Amino acid sequence: MRISSLFTSVVLAAGLFTAAASAQDYPTKPVNYIIPFNAGGESDVAARLQQPVWEKLTGQPMVIQYVTGAGGAQAWSQLNGMEGDGYTIMGTNLPHIILQPMAQDVGYKTDDIANVYFFQYTPDAIIVPKDSQFKTLKDLVDYAKANPGLVTFSGSGTNSANDVAQTKFDKLAGVTTTYIPFSGTSPATAAVLGSQVLAGFSYTTAAISQGDAVRVLAVAADERVPSFPDVPTFKELGYDMVGGAYRGVAVPKSTPEDVRKAVSDRLDAVNKDPDFIKKMEDGGFVVINVPYADVPKFMAEREKDYQATAKLMGIAQK
Amino acid sequence: MDKLGYLAEALTPINMMLAAVGVLAGIVIGALPGLSATMAVAVLVPFTFTMDPASGLIVLGAIYTGAIYGGSYSAILVNTPGTPSAIATTFDGFPMAKRGDGALAVTLSTIASVTGGLVGALFLMFLAPPLARIALAFGPPEYFWLAVFGLTLISALSVGNLMKGLIGACFGLILSMVGVAVIGADVRFTMGSHVLLGGIDIVAGLIGLYCIPVLIDLIATKDPHLRVEGAQTGFRLKEAFRLVMGDKVNLLRSSVIGTLVGILPGAGGSVASLVSYSEARRSSKTPERFGTGHPGGIIATESANNATVGGGFIPTLVLGIPGTPPDAVILGALLVQGIKIGPALFTAQSQIVYTFIFGLIIGTILMLPIGLMVGRYAYQSIISIPKAALVPTIAFLTVIGSFAIHNNLNDTAVMIGLGVVGWVLNRAGYAPSPIVLGLVLGQIAEQGFVQSYLIGNAQQNVLGMFFGRPISLVIIVFSALTLFYPLIAKAIGAARARRSQTDIMVESGDGRSR
Repeated sequence: MRISSLFTSVVLAAGLFTAAASAQDYPTKPVNYIIPFNAGGESDVAARLQQPVWEKLTGQPMVIQYVTGAGGAQAWSQLNGMEGDGYTIMGTNLPHIILQPMAQDVGYKTDDIANVYFFQYTPDAIIVPKDSQFKTLKDLVDYAKANPGLVTFSGSGTNSANDVAQTKFDKLAGVTTTYIPFSGTSPATAAVLGSQVLAGFSYTTAAISQGDAVRVLAVAADERVPSFPDVPTFKELGYDMVGGAYRGVAVPKSTPEDVRKAVSDRLDAVNKDPDFIKKMEDGGFVVINVPYADVPKFMAEREKDYQATAKLMGIAQK
Repeated sequence: MDKLGYLAEALTPINMMLAAVGVLAGIVIGALPGLSATMAVAVLVPFTFTMDPASGLIVLGAIYTGAIYGGSYSAILVNTPGTPSAIATTFDGFPMAKRGDGALAVTLSTIASVTGGLVGALFLMFLAPPLARIALAFGPPEYFWLAVFGLTLISALSVGNLMKGLIGACFGLILSMVGVAVIGADVRFTMGSHVLLGGIDIVAGLIGLYCIPVLIDLIATKDPHLRVEGAQTGFRLKEAFRLVMGDKVNLLRSSVIGTLVGILPGAGGSVASLVSYSEARRSSKTPERFGTGHPGGIIATESANNATVGGGFIPTLVLGIPGTPPDAVILGALLVQGIKIGPALFTAQSQIVYTFIFGLIIGTILMLPIGLMVGRYAYQSIISIPKAALVPTIAFLTVIGSFAIHNNLNDTAVMIGLGVVGWVLNRAGYAPSPIVLGLVLGQIAEQGFVQSYLIGNAQQNVLGMFFGRPISLVIIVFSALTLFYPLIAKAIGAARARRSQTDIMVESGDGRSR
């Protein structure tokens, strides 16, 4: 016990020392970027787009690793045990890190996660197969009003962004629909394409790769998304719905303030690279800039929003 | 035939070399338990960003196909599937190696893998758009019944020991439920510990249940790992070809099954090889020899799992929906390269697609010489390394492999824990395969069941959801056939016994010569 605590303090001291030396010229060595989801998902694709820009701007490699399991909780519950020197950073996702600890004990609390930057979100979108009877969102709402419960929405996971969106939509539109969780965005999209469900709550990113095979009825963004210029937002149609899965970057709690700031600054530079923005928008992502200083305000807003929906979803407040 | 033009493009020396290196790297990674095809592809994705898109895709395809094939080595030689796709290869592969036919088993697996890979790639080239519709016709009820079909294999695997087989399967099903549920997000069977929150990883379970008992037995007994005296170590190519030719119906059927199952997102190589093994056994004249080192078992599973490579690319390239986990990684790589995937890919960027398919075919053919050489080397190392060195090496690999799944020591702990449980159960007569079947198929069955129920409930037609869909009904019929096959076979046997004695003599003689 004594040896291990001695060891920890040495490591901590060393960490502090290097941190103090390197906050201005961060990064001076490769950065490990841990993604809590499988390779090939939205989180991974976005990180892969950040990677070359980060390397171009900082001259240091960014090494992407995957620690997956329990919808991301596996990685987030380990985050604070990692070294806080700015060279281990981890992707974080909303609503996951807010709803998961709310629903049950998953080994971390929302406040345990030291987010330093939020860089993009994928707006929720309602998709239907191209030969669907629903041409507009109004068609779908009318049908749902006439047949309570009959409209089935596929989505990725329980207590996920899609689940939240479906619950919120039901409330705003005054309808009852049925949410069918699938084990990821891909199987959920396949269920829509194969008409196993009547519609799907998905993201703009998933809709883009389907091209003409699906019709997007509405997008939950503030304004129309560049890749879907003809698709109305929920706001235009009279539903106050803006949201989706937000993705950011966190560091272990032991990371000193100036290093957190440095990580945030570098990520901010990546986020303002025109080439990066272009590629992200082509892929259906919406780029947002929430630097370290604005994170508390951003998180408070999102938490309030999700708490209201969580009550509707019946997630127990512990 | 403008396709031939793409063949010329794929045949550049640099692409050939990349395909060869990719296949070799894939074989080595796949052969190490725990290092799966998904991981092989994910690790090497960044290197492909510096290449042009077609070359990058060729490397990824070659690695993927090599890894699926490489998984058979450890299945045959150490009784541990190197990847989940090779689970069913242990059934007959290891008994063959045990009796000194390891070299033959590896050669058989090579020929079957190459054939399966080619069949899958040809389907991808010529029939991709129509076949992609199969992926969409499979809804939650079909997945549920497919998983049930896989589970019926237990009745065949545990002949004479059905009760223990079923208990093992139930144990496996319970293991598959551990952790946070995908549907409902309930936390189950974690005993309040965060270690089990992420559930029991299939690969960790595979290594633990198959490999650890083998290691403990190696230490506890004096017998050599594999029988060496009189073992032939050559390629035994002629003999293998003769066996494969004698079983070509099985080979082709399994390749087609592999392609079709590969098309289904969410099924994958493990289900494909289990289904084709089950079909091979059911239609064989000598089903009782399956599981005791029958070449037909290896031919079925290895052709099927390599056929899933081509099959899996069908929904990936046509629909933008990954057929298997490695496909998801490759899809992500395509997005980063700026290639628009989805329905437009085949028409708008046919050059890249066809160059890639030819690259896949070239990689698969290269697997024959490379695989034979690596396989021979692997077999000779396994039989010549003394046990005192072999056991620690494999033990070391199991720890590395289980850690590497998620970069997480929890999986290693689960692997060792299940290994010890597996050894104890093995001693009590509970084979690992039913447990693993439960673990692999449990999640597919559970999600399919709950989704079907939810959709059926919304439409107020739950029964129709489960029993009113044509594809489901076909799968149900096959499941029933497999489940009651031992009884049916007995009835047929009894009927045959009433016929003349000479008939039986001819038939059993015929069976032996196969």
